[in-house]
Amino acid sequence: MVDLSVDLGGGHRLPNPLMTASGCAANGRELHRFFDVADLGAFVTKSVMADPRSGRGTPRMAETPSGMLNSIGLQGPGIEAFVDEDLPWLQSVGARVLPSIAGSSSTEYAHVAATLRASRAFDAVIGVEVNISCPNVANRGLVFACDPLASAKVVALVREQLPRDIPVFAKLSPDVTDITAIAAACVKAGADGLTMINTLLGMVIDTDRMRPQLGGVTGGLSGPGIRPVAVRAVWQVRQAMFEGRIPTVPIIGVGGVRTGRDALELVAAGASAIQVGTAVFNDPSAPVRVLRELCELLDAKGFEHFTDAVAVAHGR
Amino acid sequence: MSERQLRARVTQEVAEVIATRRVGAYQHLTLVAPGVAELARPGQFVALAVGGETSGTLLRRSFSIHKVSPSGTYGGTVEIVVSAVGTGTRWIVDRAPHDTIDVVGPLGKAFPLPTDPVACVLVGGGYGSAPLFWLAAELRERGCHVEMVLGAASEDRLFGVVEARRSCDGVTVTTDDGSAGQQGWVSDPLPEIIERTKAGVVYGCGPMGMLESITRVAQAHGAVAQVAVEESMACGVGVCMTCVMPVVGSDGRTRMVRSCVEGPVFRGDRVRWDAFDGGHARVPDDAVGAPKVGGH
Repeated sequence: MVDLSVDLGGGHRLPNPLMTASGCAANGRELHRFFDVADLGAFVTKSVMADPRSGRGTPRMAETPSGMLNSIGLQGPGIEAFVDEDLPWLQSVGARVLPSIAGSSSTEYAHVAATLRASRAFDAVIGVEVNISCPNVANRGLVFACDPLASAKVVALVREQLPRDIPVFAKLSPDVTDITAIAAACVKAGADGLTMINTLLGMVIDTDRMRPQLGGVTGGLSGPGIRPVAVRAVWQVRQAMFEGRIPTVPIIGVGGVRTGRDALELVAAGASAIQVGTAVFNDPSAPVRVLRELCELLDAKGFEHFTDAVAVAHGR
Repeated sequence: MSERQLRARVTQEVAEVIATRRVGAYQHLTLVAPGVAELARPGQFVALAVGGETSGTLLRRSFSIHKVSPSGTYGGTVEIVVSAVGTGTRWIVDRAPHDTIDVVGPLGKAFPLPTDPVACVLVGGGYGSAPLFWLAAELRERGCHVEMVLGAASEDRLFGVVEARRSCDGVTVTTDDGSAGQQGWVSDPLPEIIERTKAGVVYGCGPMGMLESITRVAQAHGAVAQVAVEESMACGVGVCMTCVMPVVGSDGRTRMVRSCVEGPVFRGDRVRWDAFDGGHARVPDDAVGAPKVGGH
């Protein structure tokens, strides 16, 4: 039996490295009908902002080869409802929670983090994922994660709001010239880990109506079609850590994982944990299936500890 | 059935196709899915995976359940009606007997049934009529007088006229081109039927425009409309947030709600029809969390 446990910081040893991906699993109740969400290493919730948000109009989705575009617009209940209802529920079923937080300004991120910290179910939180890959209204629609300074500012403000034993993970966008520069800025600003990758910006034209198919015009591309981009991003950042250009911190790999083999690819590239996102839409029990498949693969390859496989492809 | 399935009231199973046949412009499939058959109620739907576990077509296709037979010869079966309009639905209609399809269900909320034996009118547009026959049988078991209106663009796009004549107290057929029944829309004969039968509930299933007009007619004649919507969905289970539509809650406030978990059946007068254009919904300005000036 392979030892699957992993420590991503703050002394929270997770029983295994499998997680849901933010925005692909709602806040737990829906998938709990298919598997026990406490069986996951951690449950990653949908990015929550300060206030309730309706999201965008429809259509919000377009299918693409081996993937999809989405343009949801961060629909959510707001942090107050999240800490009153969603987080206590996740705690009640024994889930370890990695809440994803978002904001349209750096102060909004800080406010959301502070509200989270003050919540009665904060014990269930094993870390906080900072979604810096959503549009920054104050900065003319750019995303924070495209600018090292903006990214660093958000990470630093969130880090200040949270206790030291709660690791902060910055979620990065692959739509940048040099992802290692953004990663370095986030770690320097206090990020205890990195989540890679968010969706890629894409667009589909409806050729029947000769207009953009999504109500939001552009959308985030996800699914198995983007997996090689995720593998590349994790590899590059992990390489930069080996070379000493970035302090070594855990990387959570996400992007197009559908099978245990896909997960192993990201692990070998340098990921210490794996999130399963769009594959859930195809198979609601994908996260636990991927975990089982990953475990079997590690066993077949003779690994006694999951952590021995992390970044193993470097230097081979 | 496992304890989890009982608690969850939803299941995922690899279903064998045991029968598939052409019905007009549609394909009628019978799947062996005992877990779904056991749990389903009229108005609920199933979400089918397309193309096997390595398929590049990831998103599930959702279909309302036409009929269930919990204890059939082959074990419990579920029947659906499919219109092949794209790659996913084409793959599904191309399945032969003994092929398998991954099925998740039953999903969504069922049609609410009246507690008293009131008269009901069931209105189906195209293959939207699929779940109505099962509903008609349940209503008649409760002593309700049930009439059905079936409409479509043309005769080949009607579904279930013969079955309707068997399962209802009265059937009216309309087609846009007059190729069957009376020429016109389902909303044309509806006022007379509601008045004559003193119907308390009008159930509808079909395209958004039709559901809006059913709601308007029902309201004008003192009946409650219960409509099942056909929003495009990516997951069907409530996690993707793509199938949303603006609906007024019990607190009087409009929210963008998921039609897969909070629907697909809604009270017609709760739906913000004013926000729909060409089948797509914008976010009403007064919706909870609607974008402020400058947008999201």
